[in-house]
Amino acid sequence: MKTLRDTWLVFQRHMLLMVRSPLSIVLGVAQPVVYLALFAPLLKPALASMGAGSMTDAYRIYVPGMLVALALGGGLYVGFGLLAELGSGVIERARVTPISRVALLLGRALRDVVTLVIQAGIIIVLSMPLGLFVRIPDLLLAYVLLALITLSSASISYGIALKVSSPDVLGQLVNNLAQPLMLLSGTLLPLALAPLWLRRASDWNPFSWAVVGMRSLFAGHTGDAAVWQSIALMATLAVLALTWSARLFARSVR
Amino acid sequence: MIETSGLRKSFQTGRRRKSTDVEAVAGLDLTVAEGEIFGFLGPNGAGKTTTLRMLATLLRPDAGDAVIAGADLRTQQAQVRRSIGYIAQGGGTWDDVTAREELVMQARMHGIGKAEAQSRAVAALDAFDLTEYADRNCRTYSGGQRRRVDIALGVIHRPKVLFLDEPTSGLDPQSRSHMWDEIRRLRSEGMTVFLTTHYLDEADALCDRIAIIDGGGIVAEGTPTALKRSIAGEVVTVGVADAGAAEKASGVLAEQECVRSAEVREDGGLRLSVDAGETAMPQIMRALADAGIELATIELHRPTLDDVFLTKTGRSLRES
Repeated sequence: MKTLRDTWLVFQRHMLLMVRSPLSIVLGVAQPVVYLALFAPLLKPALASMGAGSMTDAYRIYVPGMLVALALGGGLYVGFGLLAELGSGVIERARVTPISRVALLLGRALRDVVTLVIQAGIIIVLSMPLGLFVRIPDLLLAYVLLALITLSSASISYGIALKVSSPDVLGQLVNNLAQPLMLLSGTLLPLALAPLWLRRASDWNPFSWAVVGMRSLFAGHTGDAAVWQSIALMATLAVLALTWSARLFARSVR
Repeated sequence: MIETSGLRKSFQTGRRRKSTDVEAVAGLDLTVAEGEIFGFLGPNGAGKTTTLRMLATLLRPDAGDAVIAGADLRTQQAQVRRSIGYIAQGGGTWDDVTAREELVMQARMHGIGKAEAQSRAVAALDAFDLTEYADRNCRTYSGGQRRRVDIALGVIHRPKVLFLDEPTSGLDPQSRSHMWDEIRRLRSEGMTVFLTTHYLDEADALCDRIAIIDGGGIVAEGTPTALKRSIAGEVVTVGVADAGAAEKASGVLAEQECVRSAEVREDGGLRLSVDAGETAMPQIMRALADAGIELATIELHRPTLDDVFLTKTGRSLRES
């Protein structure tokens, strides 16, 4: 109960900060929007292998993958904010109070989820005129999936930030982590083009499953096994990542 | 209010293989009474901040124990946190948030309800002279205003003990004396204040009692006055009008009860070591007049805390 109250408190504070400087949200979607406009058109021939006969089809395949990339990539960078706060002393101030340690982390992660929900909304709305179509129930499920991905990636980022405690090292690590995860999930280039060994490797990437689930939702195939599989997988990953980083946080900030 | 015994903390430095343990705090015993302003005076790197962070539950001591406001630092951390306020050297506020919002948030982090938190914030803004800036973002504050916000945040839950790390570091003289007034006010409201400083005048003027720390250990402890007297007492120098009378004057003065020792310096002046200069001086003047020796100059030299530091550690605090 106290943890919930404290989480809400931390979440409110970070929402306030987000409202005060909304630029970060807009900057966060700038890259995906550029990809949407400049990169996706190049992919039509490539996506033909996945059943895309037209530009509309291409967007229906490309946008869900990009949303996963946004949740994954955006989440992995939130550790920088934590490092800045550790440096500024605001976390130390909180540490001398009896506030729940888990709440300090959870409140932040929830703010990251809200950021993503807004960013994903912008992308989806921008993609509508390009032919993207999704039913509301599917969209809600897609949001659940995205929220779980963000919780995972943000927690992982917070965990790494606490481990390395240097923005430079964090930047390198996150880059080296994000690139293969994104390439191996087929978000940017479809894995259908990949040689067999690469596809086998991607089977071990949980985010690759998330992309498949996401595409099923945007194709209107709610009943696909990939949907519940990806949600179950992402839920498990989110719980594991949150537990890991919350423990690390509680231990290092006591 | 605070009692520590054998408090110890070391840090590892260097790379894994060649790492060496540096003892930051080496077995600290100290007692701070209720309602006292206790100062921790020492050069940078002496272990002041490390001690403070241990007492504020931010660092786990390697060894030793401490009891703060009746709660054990090792086993009753939550209880310790309820009765202390801690203000770090650099403070800690979000740039894009107002002082009022920060104060409400801080009160809420202490588990205080929303309405009560808001009324406490209003009271704190008023008490710390911040009402005028209450709804401006913290990034716009001057150094002195920011420091007052820090202190207001540290005491919003009305702690029994307040830990202040270098409260006036980097402040201009006016903000500094303003800050001293705030700290005295908190003490007069019944708070026990434990602060660190590397300013001699701050330790001297503000603190009821100080401990001089160097190399992780306490080298001297007491009231500023007692500490200064402990090293050599005070020194009175006397010049007599007739240089030939200096020896006679020295003999007369050495017999006075208030004079510990008297010697004639090379320049013909007298150097008298006394216990309390302000009462010794009239007696010296009277003794010389009675002996028919004409006095030319008389001067009182009081040792500073820097002299104390110099005597105890062999170097000056200003140099280190």
